[in-house]
Amino acid sequence: MRRSTGFHGHERTYAWLMSAPALIGLFLFVALPLFGGLYWSFTNKRLISPLPTKYVGLQNYQNLLGLRIIRLEPEIDPATGQARIDAEGKTIYPRTRTIVRGNPAYQGYREWFTSDVFGGRYVVIARDPTFLRSLVNTFVFVLVIVPGQGGLALLMALLVNQRLRGRYVFRTIYFSPVVTSMAVLAIVWTFLYNPDQGLINRFLSAVTFGNFQPDWLVSADSALLAIIILSAWQAAGFQMIIFLAGLQGIPQSLYEAAQIDGGNTWQQFRHVTIPQLRNTTIFVIISTTILAFRLFTQVDVMTKGGPQDATVTVVFHAVDTGFRQQKIGYGSAVTVLFFILVVTIALMQRALMKSDIEVE
Amino acid sequence: MSAGTAGEFDYRARRQQSRRRLRRLLILVFDYSIMIGLAIFFLFPIVFMVVSSFKPEKLIFDDLKTIAWAFIPRDITFDNFTSVFRRVPFGRFMFNSTFIVLATVSAGLLVNSMIAFALARLRWKGKTVVLALVIALSIVPLDAIVVPLLVLVNEFPWIDGSIGWLDSLHVQIIPFVADAFSIFLFYQFFIGIPRDFDEAATIDGGSPFAVYRRIIVPLSRPVFATVAILQALFLWSSYLWPLMATRGEASRPLTVGITSFYGQDVKWAQILAFASMITIPVLILFLLFQKWFVQSVAATGLKG
Repeated sequence: MRRSTGFHGHERTYAWLMSAPALIGLFLFVALPLFGGLYWSFTNKRLISPLPTKYVGLQNYQNLLGLRIIRLEPEIDPATGQARIDAEGKTIYPRTRTIVRGNPAYQGYREWFTSDVFGGRYVVIARDPTFLRSLVNTFVFVLVIVPGQGGLALLMALLVNQRLRGRYVFRTIYFSPVVTSMAVLAIVWTFLYNPDQGLINRFLSAVTFGNFQPDWLVSADSALLAIIILSAWQAAGFQMIIFLAGLQGIPQSLYEAAQIDGGNTWQQFRHVTIPQLRNTTIFVIISTTILAFRLFTQVDVMTKGGPQDATVTVVFHAVDTGFRQQKIGYGSAVTVLFFILVVTIALMQRALMKSDIEVE
Repeated sequence: MSAGTAGEFDYRARRQQSRRRLRRLLILVFDYSIMIGLAIFFLFPIVFMVVSSFKPEKLIFDDLKTIAWAFIPRDITFDNFTSVFRRVPFGRFMFNSTFIVLATVSAGLLVNSMIAFALARLRWKGKTVVLALVIALSIVPLDAIVVPLLVLVNEFPWIDGSIGWLDSLHVQIIPFVADAFSIFLFYQFFIGIPRDFDEAATIDGGSPFAVYRRIIVPLSRPVFATVAILQALFLWSSYLWPLMATRGEASRPLTVGITSFYGQDVKWAQILAFASMITIPVLILFLLFQKWFVQSVAATGLKG
């Protein structure tokens, strides 16, 4: 059926003309680099190199994901035929480096970590242990920050959603870090985290009488936690506002009905607020997850991935290899894997959202 | 009947009432203590930063020993600020950041709203494909393409005949004008405007562009504000791309300016002064236009 739009001039021409600038921009600066990156990830391209770029197949991906587990055999004392034992009674194992060097199949591998499990010693070797570590760190970051920051944001939203005096002041305060640049905050927090003189340890020392003094960014055990706290602190206000919008979208009549049925505050929260916030919560979880996967600025400013790769992330590794070491091909392969990761998460969002609509 | 039961009833009701009042008071005290605790948590770094930026370097470290003094201004000096101006072209950084944000946002508002208008209000072949493409591209995170993007812009020609966009302001502007997420936000808003409006205009002989300019744009102020604020927030704090695409101080924005300043020589008083000069103007803007900021952020969550 033809609808009479009655536009004078050519609707179709206008449509293309008005779309053209955005389409050109999206093509040149999103689609082209996306496919360029995919293409270069199969080459050994470097930013500045006298040698021509060569097709290397899956080599970059093999280097990124190359991983082997070796079971170490204890050293045998030739005199007794028994495993050698050191002064403390522990079994002596050969050094990993000796084994990796001794076997041509392990060429290009480096030790990632060693673990004593199932009554033996296992060593995990990888071609790029830093990349695998970056995957682990990124997942740890996501798994901690999504519930942590989301929970904090929901708590704040519930608090400032009450008709309490001063609620707007509190809302403003909680949101204020969101408008501040992360690069700036990361520098300021580096000072706050200083183990000896920083404000945070001065405070912790006063509260715990000096019993709790983490080394924060200086130690491999606490550096990632330090970055998690800063990140949650900076972004929680954003999710708070989204939760707040969700809370204010819940029809008041539902609470009234619950009150008539004799529901107390907790029951109202459990049976009205939580189910009604389902969509908002899914949105917050997924958007926080995707943002969390992109962790870079804090790491670059505060730790450069250290100490001992404790804070290296996927994006940091991509920038480190692709930009700082100018290995475009290799860095592109990292970003391709990163993209696949993010798209998988985004598709999971779509699936979850869809099933949610069906429930409604 | 007997006055005793009525009195007892009265007494019980009053006791119940006062118990309820006490409970409500306790909850109130509890809520406020959490809210105040959180407020301290969210404010202390910024307050400490601003207060310390007016102190001599040595005093900052002395005052840290007592915690409370770290938040109280004393021996106020502007030396830290003048040192920053002496050591780096702060004005240049500020100009670059502001110019990049304003240019990208204003060009972006036009470019992204136009395509969204075509997608939401016009009838043309290819519309569904283009819409699907935009939605698909909206999930590409910038970080996933920065490395190849750097290679590409390094090969692009510029209007003065030179090759390569690196180390310029336009390399920080042009790639971010077209933005799939902004298009999506505009699209959702435009789709909701009743059709009768443009039909009235077409009777007057208006072209599609005239409908966009005279009808849709004036009706869509809230979504323009939303997109502008979200894009400005993102661009103002962007760090990764300017880090890669700029080499010298001439084209650097504030974020890379301060991190390289921090990398040169760790003088905390000066660094905090630098940080305060970046942060305070934005916080003032935020306080002035708070309602818009909050609405913009809320709008991102309404529909994913």
